[in-house]
Amino acid sequence: MSDAELVQRLLESVGIKPSHVLSDDVARLEVHQNHVVGAHLVPGLEVDTTERDDGIEAHLRLTPGARIERPIHLCFGMLPEKGLQRIVLEIDVEEDASAQVLAHCTFPNAVEVEHRMDARIRIAPGATYSYYERHVHGPGGGVEVIPHATVELGEGARFKTVFELIKGRVGEMDIAYDAVCQARSVLEMLARVSASGTDKVRIHEKARLAGESARAALTTNIALRDDARAEVFNTIIADAPRARGHVDCKEIVQDRAVAKAVPIVEVNDPTAHVTHEAAIGSVDSKQLQTLLSRGLTEDEAVDLIIEGMLS
Amino acid sequence: MTLLEVRNLALQLDDKQVLGGVSADFKQGRVYAIVGPNGAGKSTLANVIMGLPGYTEFQGDILYRGESLKGLAVDERARKGLTLAWQEPARFEGLSVHKFVTAGAKTTNGRDLAAAALRQVGLEPARYLNRAVDKTLSGGERKRIELASILAIEPALVLMDEPDSGIDVEALDQMFEAIHRLKEKGSTVILITHSRTVLRQAEHAYLLCDGRVIDEGPVNRIGQYFENRCALCDHTNEPDPQEVI
Repeated sequence: MSDAELVQRLLESVGIKPSHVLSDDVARLEVHQNHVVGAHLVPGLEVDTTERDDGIEAHLRLTPGARIERPIHLCFGMLPEKGLQRIVLEIDVEEDASAQVLAHCTFPNAVEVEHRMDARIRIAPGATYSYYERHVHGPGGGVEVIPHATVELGEGARFKTVFELIKGRVGEMDIAYDAVCQARSVLEMLARVSASGTDKVRIHEKARLAGESARAALTTNIALRDDARAEVFNTIIADAPRARGHVDCKEIVQDRAVAKAVPIVEVNDPTAHVTHEAAIGSVDSKQLQTLLSRGLTEDEAVDLIIEGMLS
Repeated sequence: MTLLEVRNLALQLDDKQVLGGVSADFKQGRVYAIVGPNGAGKSTLANVIMGLPGYTEFQGDILYRGESLKGLAVDERARKGLTLAWQEPARFEGLSVHKFVTAGAKTTNGRDLAAAALRQVGLEPARYLNRAVDKTLSGGERKRIELASILAIEPALVLMDEPDSGIDVEALDQMFEAIHRLKEKGSTVILITHSRTVLRQAEHAYLLCDGRVIDEGPVNRIGQYFENRCALCDHTNEPDPQEVI
């Protein structure tokens, strides 16, 4: 299969029309297994890639002051049923630069696939970086997803990450993000996951509010069915004056699924303030009765409530 | 034609007799009010009619189009044409107004239907369709959105628990217009209320006290209840003056 055909197949598997991203003003990078099959850069974005036996190493740099108007598209995936894809990613967002990344990870035929990402993300003072990662898996659940990242936010920097895995089976997933936030920086991490069958979900997110008035919100929404299991350990440590943080975890549990949430908040400055909220259980009775009273069946109502929570 | 017949309905909750033999008839295409003080059993009666969990083990019967509703689940009753608007509508994190309003509607053109229903309750579709039915909406907005969801499904019978709760004066008129639109389309509307203003929207009213119907009749006469503070019986549970609008 040619590189162009692989790009097309990868994009189609995540529901994207190639014509939407194969445009001169849209930066993009497509990686199939350990091979860069497509790339396009725009002014202000520099990308170096190295192909390895088991994946790729990539260094993305946004130059100082660069404002990338249209979202940068990254697509990592594998069409074969088995294999390992290891992405080593270094991202440097230089001072006052700004960009949004839409990353798709697709393993539509996975039977025994391991997708591992080790990222180091550095967001310089005044820079803004958003990273939306959407996974599309097949129905078999034969994927092991292991994204680990360390994030440094400089003074006044903003970082938002959204991890979404709501189509197909999760398989096994182990997310670990560790962020350090300097003064007046803003961090938002949101994970939305739907797990079923024998899926296993493990999320560790940690934010250290090291600078004055730094802010962080860690939000996790998970829906579990069948025999799926989820463990969420989200931590915010506030070391600096007037730091603010909130940890929020909601898990809807059905059938024989098991959920565990451990929010950890630590405050080491009397002017800092960190809150947490965790709710685990079946769907809210009032929501359910409201939709039943509109004529939806119980299954339809539960699906709609979960769709909302994960939207 | 009588759409709903409540026959000698009695219900105990936690060893307390909450309804003590209520009987009432509701005809098709008419607007009714059920009034009475706190604890009279008004909301309980609505919950029993709708078949909510915890309100299904009752004595007596409820006939809808001549058939008993006993043993039917909430969704089964809804598919027969009954629905309920809550005093305090639920919040749905992440669920769009568009999807919520059209959740029970049988249509392939949901967005247009949702937009039309929102207009009928005085909400501008462009501002609301894509918003979530969550805490970013005020109680009054959620109340109107819930009514829009009821207009969208065109039910045969609507139970509305305190429809004016949390609604401002301007929105209240739109709420009443929507209630009368439901009537014009042939729906029966049962208003559970403490409010004289809401009571006036009805054509016939039942006065409940201590789980019993102690009077029924024209709205003007039943409205005297508000003037006389439930002087029709010797029960001591007088309405809270704060709740008498």
